[in-house]
Amino acid sequence: MMKFRRSMLFVPGANTAMVCNAFVYKPDTVMFDLEDSVALSEKDSARLMVYHALQHFTYKDIETAVRVNPLDSVFGHLDLQAVIRGGADIIRLPKTDTVDDVLDMQSAIEKIEKEIGRTKKTKLLAAIESAEGVVNAVQIARCSDRLMGIALGAEDYVRDLRTQRTKEGTELTAARAQILLAARAAKIQAFDSVFPDVRDKEGFIREVEHVRGLGFDGKSLVNPNQISILHDIYAPSEKEIDWAYEVVEAAAHAEKNGLGVVSLDGKMVDAPIIARAEFTLELAIASGLIGEEDE
Amino acid sequence: MNKYKKIDKNVVIEKRDSKICESIEESIKRSGLKDGMTISFHHAFRGGDKVLNNVMKIIASMGFKDLCLASSSLASVHDEVIQYIRSGVVTQIYTSGLRSKLGEAISNGLMEKPVQVHSHGGRVHLLQSGELKIDVAFIGVPCIDKFGNATGSKGRSQCGSLGYAMSDAHYAKYVVMLSETLEPFPNTPASISQDQVDAIVMVDEVGDPSKIGEGATRMTTNPKELLLARRTARVIENSGLFKNGYSLQTGTGGSSLATTIFLAQMMEKKNIKASFGMGGITGTMVYMLKNNLIEKLIDVQSFDEFAAKSLGENPNHIEISANEYANPSSKGATIKQLDVVVLSALEIDVNFNVNVLTGSKGILRGASGGHCDTAAEAKLSIIVAPLTRGRIPTIRSRVHTIVTPGETVDVVVTDQGIAVHPRNVELKKRLKKAGLTIVDIKELHERAIKLCGQPKAIKHTDKVVAQIRYRDGSIIDEVYQLAH
Repeated sequence: MMKFRRSMLFVPGANTAMVCNAFVYKPDTVMFDLEDSVALSEKDSARLMVYHALQHFTYKDIETAVRVNPLDSVFGHLDLQAVIRGGADIIRLPKTDTVDDVLDMQSAIEKIEKEIGRTKKTKLLAAIESAEGVVNAVQIARCSDRLMGIALGAEDYVRDLRTQRTKEGTELTAARAQILLAARAAKIQAFDSVFPDVRDKEGFIREVEHVRGLGFDGKSLVNPNQISILHDIYAPSEKEIDWAYEVVEAAAHAEKNGLGVVSLDGKMVDAPIIARAEFTLELAIASGLIGEEDE
Repeated sequence: MNKYKKIDKNVVIEKRDSKICESIEESIKRSGLKDGMTISFHHAFRGGDKVLNNVMKIIASMGFKDLCLASSSLASVHDEVIQYIRSGVVTQIYTSGLRSKLGEAISNGLMEKPVQVHSHGGRVHLLQSGELKIDVAFIGVPCIDKFGNATGSKGRSQCGSLGYAMSDAHYAKYVVMLSETLEPFPNTPASISQDQVDAIVMVDEVGDPSKIGEGATRMTTNPKELLLARRTARVIENSGLFKNGYSLQTGTGGSSLATTIFLAQMMEKKNIKASFGMGGITGTMVYMLKNNLIEKLIDVQSFDEFAAKSLGENPNHIEISANEYANPSSKGATIKQLDVVVLSALEIDVNFNVNVLTGSKGILRGASGGHCDTAAEAKLSIIVAPLTRGRIPTIRSRVHTIVTPGETVDVVVTDQGIAVHPRNVELKKRLKKAGLTIVDIKELHERAIKLCGQPKAIKHTDKVVAQIRYRDGSIIDEVYQLAH
């Protein structure tokens, strides 16, 4: 089954209340941040807190990612040491301009994994936050088998483009298209940037509808209140769920009766369609629309 | 039978305005109040109440002793009562709620006789059964006429429904009304009418308007409250009761208000209209009435200014007494027709018992209110609370004080899972099918303890400081004096 990553909730690593509570909101991935949201004076305490949170039982059933400080800063390697040992599922690279950025991070992680005998490979998520990164997105997306996805970091990107963010998001058109295409060509996931104005619910809805339409797997979020809104938008419709049930039932029927060809309403149903239907049902479960146990 | 005596019509005409007293003191004298009697107050002015303190001050100055204070509830503004207990003016209390310094002092053994904590419905039952006999009711009202017709939906200190006062007025032997606005006769429609009123005193103020609607309607932005509200609305949506003509009661507080808002959105989407909304009425309920999502509002207490205003203006917003609201021995309490109620909790235990009265240190700091009444009668009673509050677990092995017995609770909604009372097999299936995470309440308890640690037992003496009366008058639990 494909891992849904519709919602990736940023949790500032120094914010105790958020670190203690973020799991209850059930984002698909909790993304602890040790970089931009943490003041210099709190870098050490945030690292320690995230290290403990990663091992706490409340985060056992949820995917965890950590955005670490750049490797060329004094904190980068310390962050990695702590969070790889803590058991983070994913490391989010702070800023990815080139293939080398990914490979450097990869070798630093490999070294720590070897030291501690961690067999589960830490995944990587590259954040594209500059014109250079967008231009290199295709190569970046293909450069490591640890890479589960690439994400747009819009704030730094627009600064690099010498423009600013607007509600319409026209300035992000090229970057979104490039990142999405690069991710799809490399068969990894693509994530949109945060929507910073937490009070603008309508604007948030418009943006999520837009990026979902483009094909993005999900979006980074800054406020827990955005999660349910986003999940609702990504949820399949009742019609889609009914269709998926029919396809899955038809496939089960064919298998039970040893039929080579699955057919529904007289039409042949091939493997990709069945996979699509299964995906829809899993998404419906993840969206809380149907129960897993159908008693 | 007596022989007819001639009537002096001049005297009759002279006496027609004689209900008006010059002062509170005069009204007390007229009432025939004596040591050892029971006096009552109501709590529609909530934190803005000015009546209880003013009347008590005068009663104390007149030298009365050994009185039973029966207020439908007591708020933090009533901490002044402590001095009257110390001086022996008040030796017994009947109330739904105790908070603040008064609650703390009583928890520490201030009174010899245990406080009798009743529910809103249970109070009327105690009045009806005769255990609680009100000798003099002091009823503050926003406006009145010279003959005693009073309402809460007009005036400077507009408080909306006078539901609790209506029942007190019905059962009290002597009724003194206190008001700040004199309306021309007849001041109708009246919540408390002339034939129940013995005396009237005009005072400077009965309430502080800014505190009457305190904590008024606001949509919370707290993510945990919103999460709880959303989840609660989904429980209701999938309960099997969510259809045209269903009925609903929700309370105040962030989660409860937000639940109402989420439900309103679902009702709009699914074209569902509720037959009535009840309880403490808030602005959100008023919004639903105005937008044709609810046929009628049935109001025993108006929680904010929007509710108070609507009660005066909208003919489909109806005032009821506490007896019509929740008295278990009433010929017809509206909660017997209620489908869904959403309630809060300080603690819930693995047997679904609920505490809404004592805090984590065992101090009286809440109110029984309509909690056990509505839980017992509504088809679906939902308790909503975060699994932990800071480092305090909400789910316990046993609640410190039982106010609502577990067998009357149907669902507990927390931020870390929903527990369904084992009695509700069908409901559990429905909710699971709808994709909601249902867990055993014992699992929720274990999780809470894992997060917070096992709380230390509260140390107490053998002295009972409060008896918790269930709605039928029985004693369901007792609160003991804290040991230090």
